[in-house]
Amino acid sequence: MKLTVSVLAITAKLISGATVRWHECQPDTCQRIYFANHTSHLDALVLWSSLPGPIRDLTRPVAAKDYWGQGAVRRYIARQFNALLIDRDEIKVHQSPVDMMIREIGLTHSLIVFPEGGRNTEEEMQEFKSGLYHLSKKRPDLELVPVYIDNLNRVLPRGEFLPVPLLTCITIGPPMWLEPKEPKNEFLKRARDAVRRLKDL
Amino acid sequence: MAIAPAPLFDALLLAQFGGNIRLDARTNILLGSVMGILIVAAIVGMALRRQPESTASPAVVTTFNRRVWAWWMMFAILISGFLFGYVATVVLFGLVSFWALREFITMTPTRRGDHRTLFWSFFLFTPLQYFLVGWGREAYSLYTVMIPVYASLFVPARIAISGDPKRFLERVAKLQSGLLICVYAVSHAPAILDLELTTADGQPWVLGTAAASAASSSPESSVVANGKTTGKGANSAQTKKSAESKAAAGTSPSIGAATPAPRQIFGSNAGLLFFFVLIVQLSDVFQYMWGQLLGRTVIAPQINASRTWEGLIGGVLSTVLLGILLSWATPFGIVWAGPIAGLVALAGFAGSMTMSGIKRDRNVKDYGTLVSGHAGVLDRIDSICFAAPVFFHITRFFFSNIG
Repeated sequence: MKLTVSVLAITAKLISGATVRWHECQPDTCQRIYFANHTSHLDALVLWSSLPGPIRDLTRPVAAKDYWGQGAVRRYIARQFNALLIDRDEIKVHQSPVDMMIREIGLTHSLIVFPEGGRNTEEEMQEFKSGLYHLSKKRPDLELVPVYIDNLNRVLPRGEFLPVPLLTCITIGPPMWLEPKEPKNEFLKRARDAVRRLKDL
Repeated sequence: MAIAPAPLFDALLLAQFGGNIRLDARTNILLGSVMGILIVAAIVGMALRRQPESTASPAVVTTFNRRVWAWWMMFAILISGFLFGYVATVVLFGLVSFWALREFITMTPTRRGDHRTLFWSFFLFTPLQYFLVGWGREAYSLYTVMIPVYASLFVPARIAISGDPKRFLERVAKLQSGLLICVYAVSHAPAILDLELTTADGQPWVLGTAAASAASSSPESSVVANGKTTGKGANSAQTKKSAESKAAAGTSPSIGAATPAPRQIFGSNAGLLFFFVLIVQLSDVFQYMWGQLLGRTVIAPQINASRTWEGLIGGVLSTVLLGILLSWATPFGIVWAGPIAGLVALAGFAGSMTMSGIKRDRNVKDYGTLVSGHAGVLDRIDSICFAAPVFFHITRFFFSNIG
């Protein structure tokens, strides 16, 4: 189990050649929500692999069930990296993804989320969906850590299944929190800017 | 040969070391001196890092240390390749190419439609080129056209099939030149190892005969004969052993060594490859040094602000001199080693200028800083890329048995 996890993480690192930069942020095992731009199916896997081992063990990427739940291999990989599969097609009122995330992480785990929802094919990032806001409204103690994933969309673009091993770069930025009484739209805009700012560092 | 002052030194130069790549004593002397220089450079680098900023500018120190580190890597790659044989060397150079292509393509923007073509470039053409080089000189006619002809035809066709016409020619050219520079050109360096080297007059590059070294009966060479991995070597070692046990009865041991027919000792291809990498790297250093000392006229300020005519001329002349000084490690002889080294220096210069042009076009300073933390393989091998085919073809045409 532990071995497959390491093999998986090393493979992901080899394919993506990812450089990881911690900018005004230190690796920590405290409970965090890493939120990143979404450009490739590999995003969750690569970001998760680029975290240091002890943090990786405590971090669960939120991934789309319609992709990672499909086929034995993907399901196996998703289970190995401890993914939290979210059904994007069928969001029920009493089983909202945010409640599920909060329940799943308890008081120990961190999450990796992609607030853009779907993968982005444009150069520019899409508007963030409100999940991140609701999540931090319910758990204001969680550190929100912006992450910018660069170049990974070229490694494995939408609809492709064979990766091209280009070099990618992951920048992890300074943590932020939901301010008291901060309006939803302002917060989401601030969060999106926090990710975008990391692009130019 | 030029350097043979004393019989002992001569014997030392002729000693042979096992493995499937011949590492003769000349090569070992070359490797040893370079390693000594690298150790000194590493110590100097460490000392510089401790200096206060007033005496040594941190940027220069960082550049210096990065270079030294890259040379250690190159040295390690060449040595481990030599120790594990021809195929291992080819594989290691293949990995270097793969990484260089990775940096090249990461830097050049591609479009969605290029994805599959990129995939084939990385996982079909790069391995195939090195597979053919690894096959050896019989495959020369294939590996010499695989990328310039077949990959160059495949790339536009595959991109066309993907159905995206935007900036078509530009995208094709990017991929073609990436493959040509990073893969095709570099693959000529390990191919040097499989040439049947001759001297300028077409005779096999023979340094001497084994009898000569056996006569001096240096313990070194007999140990090595036992360590030889080839079947032939093992046989002769056995006969030698039995001869020696007989010799214990009363005869002198030198008779045992003299029984096999005098074996010719050929020059070492590994040494020649090492000579090549060494002069390319040092010509870079020479050009930098002369540029710093005398540099006034910048060749192309918009491409590279530090390359000057003075640096180029000084660098090429110094490389010619170095080539002459190291001619004992090559089959070229004193006459040709100089001009060949000069040509290699010019080709290396052309490579650096070309890569600078590409970098300026893409607005990146170093391939290394493109994605921070990476070593920037392309920064270090840009001159090798252009010099390798030149050196290979000169050596192959004039100094090898094409057959």
